[in-house]
Amino acid sequence: MTKVTEKLELFEVFVRSKRGLDHKHVGSLHAEDHEQALEYARDCYTRRSEGVSIWVVKSNDICSSQEDDADCFYDPSDDKPYRHATYYVLPDPVNNM
Amino acid sequence: MTPEEQNFMRKIENEEKIEPKDWMPEEYRKNLIRQISQHAHSEVIGMQPEGNWITRAPSLRRKAVLLSKVQDEAGHGLYLYSACETLGISRSEMIEQLQTGKAKYSSIFNYPTLTWADVGAIGWLVDGAAIVNQVSLQRTSYGPYSRGMIRICKEESFHQRQGYEAMLALAKGSPDQKAMAQDALNRFYWPALMMFGPHDSESAHSQKSMEWKIKRETNDDLRQKFVDQTVKQIEVLGLEHPDKNIKWNEERGHYDSSDLNWDEFWSVIAGNGHCNRQRIEHHVAAHDEGEWVRDAITAYNEKKRVKKAQNAA
Repeated sequence: MTKVTEKLELFEVFVRSKRGLDHKHVGSLHAEDHEQALEYARDCYTRRSEGVSIWVVKSNDICSSQEDDADCFYDPSDDKPYRHATYYVLPDPVNNM
Repeated sequence: MTPEEQNFMRKIENEEKIEPKDWMPEEYRKNLIRQISQHAHSEVIGMQPEGNWITRAPSLRRKAVLLSKVQDEAGHGLYLYSACETLGISRSEMIEQLQTGKAKYSSIFNYPTLTWADVGAIGWLVDGAAIVNQVSLQRTSYGPYSRGMIRICKEESFHQRQGYEAMLALAKGSPDQKAMAQDALNRFYWPALMMFGPHDSESAHSQKSMEWKIKRETNDDLRQKFVDQTVKQIEVLGLEHPDKNIKWNEERGHYDSSDLNWDEFWSVIAGNGHCNRQRIEHHVAAHDEGEWVRDAITAYNEKKRVKKAQNAA
């Protein structure tokens, strides 16, 4: 017997807790389509007024960088400490800029 | 007021953000598009005066720093264009408005960068003024704009510090270097103050923008903040303040200063600054020369799409 979760697509759920804030990833769930995923997400992740808005995205549609490749993926930035404000040493009286 | 308007104003009054799919008055949308696109254009056009010095910066370190800063400005332009697109205007419409003069960008970028010290002065004063404005805009009522500002402010601190550091090196250097630093300060101080826009009483869009909390502080209040913070910075450099009337006012708790040359301000806005024509011509040329790249991207995507369709069949 095929399990129902194998027939249903996996969705990632993002919830905006308050207007003005970013949508944050909260988890995932199986659903038949976007509409159903939204309803499930509401019932599953926002039962205690955790959110004012929900995004659902098919997990398969998310293209992600691989953490194992992080070393070479981010390598071009590693030798550029001068992109950080703290790299510049300024006299104390003006150091708050 | 209609129920929609009431709902909108309730959010504004409660300090709630407006998000892209919310109902909003057409004038609010228009005001935002004007302000955010102008902000985006400023980031992009702002790359030109500094880009002018990348190959001529005095050391490899200064070149790398400047290159990084200009790269950030391109990124900031991208954040802002994207935020603006959530309001229903396309990127190409915005670019066209810039190139035909329908949309403005900050008049500061119509001043030329004559010496290396100008690059230091820009980082310190121009980015410094922009930060004062942008810190205030982190609390703007439109969600995507506000989040963009928060991100930009985080990245921007290095811009001001590298500029000040470069000025410090010159100001503590040879007499010639110090003179060069003083000259850059004298030329960029006043246009930097003009970046905050006309006096509140003359500002066409200010009142409505304040009411809708697109802007959170008035032009004159922000300008005063910048005037106040800059006095100490000039002193530490050991340079002369360009404003002979700068004077601490105990009663106000602020510095008093000279009024600006508003004829110059309006003249530059009207297109008669040193570099107005050059900036737009350069933008148009770069845009045209880059067309084959955009075409190639579209062609490649189309090729991939056809291949995928064939494989599926």
